[in-house]
Amino acid sequence: MKRFFLALAVTVLPALASAQAVTVKGSDTMVILSQRWAENYMKANPGKRVQVTGGGSGVGIAALINGTTDVANASRAMKEAEKARVRDRYNVLPTEIPVAKDGLAVYVNESNPIEQLTLDQLRKIYAGDVTNWKDVGGPDAKIVLYSRENSSGTYVFFKDNVLKGDDFAAAAQTLPGTAAVVNATAKEKFGIGYGGAAYAKGVKEVKLVGKDGQAYLPSAENVASGKYPLARDLFVYTRGKPSGEAKAFIEFCLSPEGQAVVTTVGYFPVK
Amino acid sequence: MIEPASVPPDTTAAAAAGEGDRPLLAIRRRQLRETAIEVAVTAVALTGIAAVVLIFVFVGREALPLFTSEEARQETDLARMFLAQTWREGRAATFTWQPVSDVPKYSMIPLFVGTLKVTFVAMAVAAPVGIAAAVFASEFAPRRLREVLKPTIELLAGIPSVVIGFFALLVMATFLQDTFGFSFRLNAVVAGVALALTVVPVIFTVSEDALTAVPRAYREASLALGATRWETAFRVVLPAAAPGVLAAVVLGFGRSIGETMIVLMASGNAAITSLSLGDSVRTLPATIAAEMGEVVFGGAHYSVLFFIGVELFLFTFVLNTLATTFVRRLVRRMSGTAA
Repeated sequence: MKRFFLALAVTVLPALASAQAVTVKGSDTMVILSQRWAENYMKANPGKRVQVTGGGSGVGIAALINGTTDVANASRAMKEAEKARVRDRYNVLPTEIPVAKDGLAVYVNESNPIEQLTLDQLRKIYAGDVTNWKDVGGPDAKIVLYSRENSSGTYVFFKDNVLKGDDFAAAAQTLPGTAAVVNATAKEKFGIGYGGAAYAKGVKEVKLVGKDGQAYLPSAENVASGKYPLARDLFVYTRGKPSGEAKAFIEFCLSPEGQAVVTTVGYFPVK
Repeated sequence: MIEPASVPPDTTAAAAAGEGDRPLLAIRRRQLRETAIEVAVTAVALTGIAAVVLIFVFVGREALPLFTSEEARQETDLARMFLAQTWREGRAATFTWQPVSDVPKYSMIPLFVGTLKVTFVAMAVAAPVGIAAAVFASEFAPRRLREVLKPTIELLAGIPSVVIGFFALLVMATFLQDTFGFSFRLNAVVAGVALALTVVPVIFTVSEDALTAVPRAYREASLALGATRWETAFRVVLPAAAPGVLAAVVLGFGRSIGETMIVLMASGNAAITSLSLGDSVRTLPATIAAEMGEVVFGGAHYSVLFFIGVELFLFTFVLNTLATTFVRRLVRRMSGTAA
């Protein structure tokens, strides 16, 4: 009997403790960064709890709309239709807070001789109009496209800013996270992929030709100065103005120690 | 089944003491207990059936807005889901699955083609291997070897599918690409072979049971008539066990159509409509798994994903019915009771 009550207590008490936890869901690009923030925040404030999950910006925004998360991480801006849904259900508009800057890098295999691409060439490659590397100055081989699942903010950002609303080619293989894209490109001799600059290990980053005609790598200065054409903000969203535990957590992320974490993970501070 | 004679003697003493209906009460109590147990067991069995029916009803109900709500019907309808559509002016009509877009595109054809390709590869690899292993285990293996073989193959069934998917993604894909020279590293063949690893134990177990159930008299008669052991195994025992073996194959087929994790990791998830097995594929279950997290409840995309679930249900149901009818006809033909 005593053992029964002990078991009951062990299962019920943690549930009570996590009633105060902040839930953070969303962007796969930001998941490592978010987890580091959560760890540092919990170390600095014992007794506070933050739970971080990934799944993609789409998942985070859907969770914000469905009410299953306090904070949504997104590597793209919320669409008008999504903001309207939040307003319809909760009578408040979502608050958008930029917390870091990222450069969307384009990866190719290390053995690929390609050094730079224009945005137009990139668009044609991913829309399926250009299918051979020799058309962009590479070896004579079919291009193997790697993309993200459509729940990803990176997918939507790429579609809006590179494809300009066009569809991805049917042959673009979709992988569940940036790390999977990097892994696949590293193993595929004629592969090409895209994702956050912080994940680029074991692959070559391609220089992209910016507005001034020069080719730039997604480094800290190029992203901060805007010379790199695919620089983007990483956001957190809350329903209405952030309050309570969520507010304290977001303030930590924007504080100097929080922004120092951003640099160690490989992204760029928001200022 | 209640014998009044089994009533213990002291009860009759009590009966003599004036409680004449004591034996009847004991009988009534036993009857009640019997009925109670029957009702309980029937209820538990019905719960299983009820669960299946309720799942089907729930999935159907969530897919229904696709046909009833105006907003969903604007985004897509049955024609747009199954016929080729022209999305870019001046280009040929295509089957495109791209639900997150300014103009969402929900063609089911690439998903169906992908599912069938992967299942075909899985069955083409798993059925011969599973059946051959079962024939070996039941006809040719010495007893000691059979006792080791059966649990080892069944161990394969215990490996979580996510582990097999991971193994396929990292190791098998590179090996198969080097052997066959595919242009896509993750394609239908990789996913199919990985899937076969989960289907082989299913086919093996059920086939092996069917083969061992064939009476010894068949084998002994065949050998006595001068057939070799191989001829006996393939011309006498296997045909005799055909219904069981076919049931095993159908079971394996059902398993491979619904398997999600392996295909999600190892097939490349590109919604290509083509007959080439070396192309990446996107299957129905993998689409549901990949996209369910990001749909907003009640939208058109949400209903379409549940509609895919309904399609999977119907597909498996139709397949099972066809297979059962076919097996029944085969049994009738082979045991000579055909009309």
